[in-house]
Amino acid sequence: MGKGRGPGSGVRGPGSGDEAQPERGRRPRVAVLALQGDYEAHARALVEHGIVAHQARTVADLDGIDGLVLPGGESTTMLKLMEGTGLADRVRELAATGTPLLATCAGVILIAREVGNPPQPSLGILDVKVERNAYGRQAESTVTTLTVEDTAELGDAPLEGVFIRAPRIVAPGPAVEVLARRSADPVLVRQGRVLAATFHPELSARSAVIGLFAAMTGGRR
Amino acid sequence: MHFESPEFRVKVGLAEMLKGGVIMDVTDAAQAKIAEDAGAAAVMALERVPADIRAEGGVARMAAIDKIEEIMRTVSIPVMAKCRIGHIAEAKVLEQLGVDFIDESEVLTPADEENHVWKHDCKVPFVCGCRNLGEALRRITEGAAMMRTKGEAGSGNIVEAVRHLRAVRREMRRLGTLDEAELIPAAKELQAPFELVRYVAEHGKLPVPNFAAGGVATPADAVLCMMLGAESVFVGSGIFKSEDPARRGQAIVKAVTHWQDPAVVLEVSRGLEGAMSGLDIAKLTPEEMLSRRGW
Repeated sequence: MGKGRGPGSGVRGPGSGDEAQPERGRRPRVAVLALQGDYEAHARALVEHGIVAHQARTVADLDGIDGLVLPGGESTTMLKLMEGTGLADRVRELAATGTPLLATCAGVILIAREVGNPPQPSLGILDVKVERNAYGRQAESTVTTLTVEDTAELGDAPLEGVFIRAPRIVAPGPAVEVLARRSADPVLVRQGRVLAATFHPELSARSAVIGLFAAMTGGRR
Repeated sequence: MHFESPEFRVKVGLAEMLKGGVIMDVTDAAQAKIAEDAGAAAVMALERVPADIRAEGGVARMAAIDKIEEIMRTVSIPVMAKCRIGHIAEAKVLEQLGVDFIDESEVLTPADEENHVWKHDCKVPFVCGCRNLGEALRRITEGAAMMRTKGEAGSGNIVEAVRHLRAVRREMRRLGTLDEAELIPAAKELQAPFELVRYVAEHGKLPVPNFAAGGVATPADAVLCMMLGAESVFVGSGIFKSEDPARRGQAIVKAVTHWQDPAVVLEVSRGLEGAMSGLDIAKLTPEEMLSRRGW
């Protein structure tokens, strides 16, 4: 709490990092799916990396984007709100054509291959099985330090994980790289241009996870 | 201030996850299932919906444990439950039971007319009601991780929710126009700690999410709350006292997500059966106003 002012307050120039830009001098545009959940926290975090973030509620809101965030919240609510809107197909298409995608918590449940506890439909973008609420109810929610597997990507500063009624990745497929763990459990994974965290980097101050995603979209790390 | 502690951050974290969603009052597992299927972001377990508490009278207490457990077993979304204002023991029982959020609520009969629960002593997050900014900041000082404007529960009448939302927003805006010296008398007036008053003056918002409650009966009522700065909406009697709970629930969920798009609100408002019948607030005596409980 208490970090930064509100969304949109950071008026900044173009990204100055050494990452590839979408177009020289243009700031990357990233959509945050805003059906329900902590989409504002995500938008705030992205702005700190020189990204222009907007809330997306319809298929048209996903036009011309350099990246997409599927935030935390309630996956059952989001699924219900996606029904009959064409959003599911459009998100699949964006992932298939290489648009960088960041999914956190409920977002990971949405894009998983398979969901358990209880089973529910999912988009089948990320080759993992996910167990919902696997660590228990809110009493088990916690802030902890993660074990980073890939310091080249995430740096060697301690990486914080904020877990809220978190799901667990139980069966990552062969194309899924594990970037960080909580004890033995994979909690941050990457498959191509899809980055997925069962925790909430958007609720940590300047998380390296948001930095990594920002770099994938052409923003500042 | 306590906002940086990991304990408080995970409490507010769950409140963040509920934003842009609808939290529905339910009294049993069957209603909870209907709410979840309609797209509720969470359910609130209570023994009677506010309209029935109002009609039947008597002492309203924490819901029966077996009912809450049955609801927790039935749905995968967060389950909240209400305890009476100042009833520390009910709060501890609900925490032990493992509910995801406790609502220290004016809808139940207060157990303490002076003191609220010191919510820092519980690991479970709390939501509390407020009618104005001062009340909100006192509850946050006690450890509330989420606020909701009170409105008038069980009335089916949105007028009190509007009054309270506008009061909070107006007072926050006013703080933004004051300098630091002027914030001292402002804190005195609001009867709230200076540090929190300064936080609001600097950020233009509460340090925890602010939702709306009390009197929401239609999709347009819910949208009105969002327009006035609510970040999510609690619907109590409005769903299960209507003639079409499943459909109305779903309509309110969609309306809250798309509150900025009147075309969607129009679409979901079509073809709904009767809303709950409401009360004229002006005809309630002060003793009948649930929102006057707590301070």
